[in-house]
Amino acid sequence: MPPSVAADDAPSEQQDAPPPPPATEATRREPDTAPEQDRERAQTPKVKTENLSFWYDEGDTQALDDITMAIQPNEVTAFIGPSGCGKSTLLRCFNRMNDLVQGTQMEGRVLVDGEDIYQKADPIMVRRRVGMVFQKPNPFPKSIRQNILWGARINGFTGDEDALVERSLRQAAIWDEVNDRLDASAYGLSGGQQQRLCIARALAVRPDVILMDEPTSALDPQAAAKVEETITELKKRYTIVIVTHNMQQASRISDATAFMYLGWLVEMSHTEKLFTRPEHQRTEDYITGRFG
Amino acid sequence: MNPSESPQTTQNFDPRLSLVVLLTLLVDMAVDGYDWVSGDFLANYPSYQPEDSGILSAMVGSLWLIGLTAAFSVPVGVASAVYLEEYASDGWFRRLIQINIANLAGVPSVVYGILGLALFVRFAAMGNSLLAGALTMSLLILPVVIIATQEALRAVPRGMRENAYALGATRWQVIQGHLLPTAAPGILTGVILSLSRAIGETAPLIVIGALTSARFLPRGVMDNFSALPLQIFDWTSRPQSEFQGLAAAGIIVLMVALLLMNLSAILLRNYYEQYQPT
Repeated sequence: MPPSVAADDAPSEQQDAPPPPPATEATRREPDTAPEQDRERAQTPKVKTENLSFWYDEGDTQALDDITMAIQPNEVTAFIGPSGCGKSTLLRCFNRMNDLVQGTQMEGRVLVDGEDIYQKADPIMVRRRVGMVFQKPNPFPKSIRQNILWGARINGFTGDEDALVERSLRQAAIWDEVNDRLDASAYGLSGGQQQRLCIARALAVRPDVILMDEPTSALDPQAAAKVEETITELKKRYTIVIVTHNMQQASRISDATAFMYLGWLVEMSHTEKLFTRPEHQRTEDYITGRFG
Repeated sequence: MNPSESPQTTQNFDPRLSLVVLLTLLVDMAVDGYDWVSGDFLANYPSYQPEDSGILSAMVGSLWLIGLTAAFSVPVGVASAVYLEEYASDGWFRRLIQINIANLAGVPSVVYGILGLALFVRFAAMGNSLLAGALTMSLLILPVVIIATQEALRAVPRGMRENAYALGATRWQVIQGHLLPTAAPGILTGVILSLSRAIGETAPLIVIGALTSARFLPRGVMDNFSALPLQIFDWTSRPQSEFQGLAAAGIIVLMVALLLMNLSAILLRNYYEQYQPT
């Protein structure tokens, strides 16, 4: 078991992860103190794919075709594109969730902090560094407190549990709404609250990167706005990748946007640039609502 | 048969009719056996004198048998189901096992008795012992336990699995932290229902050489034994009407045991469902 870690704010100090190799040290940031740097800076990307292709059904269905992209740390990166374009599949490549699906094939590389997560890393360790929030809020049938603690405990957390629960719930902007009923069942929360609880639960494992697969599509607009606020707040400490069907949402909360179509990465750039001056005709057609 | 007619037929059939038939049988049995059920009946060994007869040895034998059967079949059955659902990759081997389990659930119980006789009584030289009986019963109910557990595991929402894995859980942590607790009500129901089948089984016990009537209590797993259905079978095969009354009384005891088991299945399920999604 790893040594106990004090429950302060240090998401990059992954307790279970092996000591980072020197090359990636530069990408490890000091939370809170990291200055808002310019996107154009020469920086090692947090997540990178190189010629990534992916197939389902024993190679019969190709979902991703030769995708090379880089995701910068402490930014929100949005994946947009019509249904079936491969955005969710790509997202699930980042924490090896596709390993759970049978009959898939993959080519190319996915690097997190410069380390190929499919080469030597254990998928369990990858998922502890790269957390995920799903489309449907799906809390465990336990109390709010136990929901937060389960992930931390299986990761060997032995520090102050109360502090961890409070910190995670505060970061997910739900502490004020639930602090008086931490031992009540998570099923008593509203959909939006449940989704923020799921975000808090993912944060409690202290990941570096958080993947979100359409986190607001099952929520009403008010709850969605609250989750969006939370995401904007979270990017100070975490790298966030979000799949969304909602282009307004992508333009509101993301720093970079990738447009995908039929398994290809058509275009990826600054969100502002992609939505105002897209380089490709297909991107323009999609964001202006001509198809999709 | 015209398929469009069959639902109509089902609707015309009054379910109360089957209830009436069942009640008639129960009342008839209760009338026959009521006078024979007493403290002495529960505390005595069977005897040639009907008025001195009791079912102590059969009751104790059945308790031993069910306890041992549960001890063998639940761990093996649940583990097999977890393996098939969560570990085995979806290939011909898994499908072969799956088909076999489904077919084994439909094999007549007397066939299991013959298997138990050859395998446990003779080959493993366990003799006509409780151990041989319990192992035979375990084989008999194992397919049902496995299938019930598999179905309970399959009913766990996909999102729960994904969420647990996404938090960095190992497969075993997902299984013991979420899948088994969530599936527990279904598994328990399946286990208790299969055990109540085992408690009423007669044929395999006769084949493996259990006693139809015993005047001693088993003191260990290697002892010979009797069981409730065997004792009832023994009494029904005697011509005197007093023994028919004893058989009815034995059936009452067996029925009460079965009802208690099914009641506990319901109570356990309700207890666990308090923690399940509403």
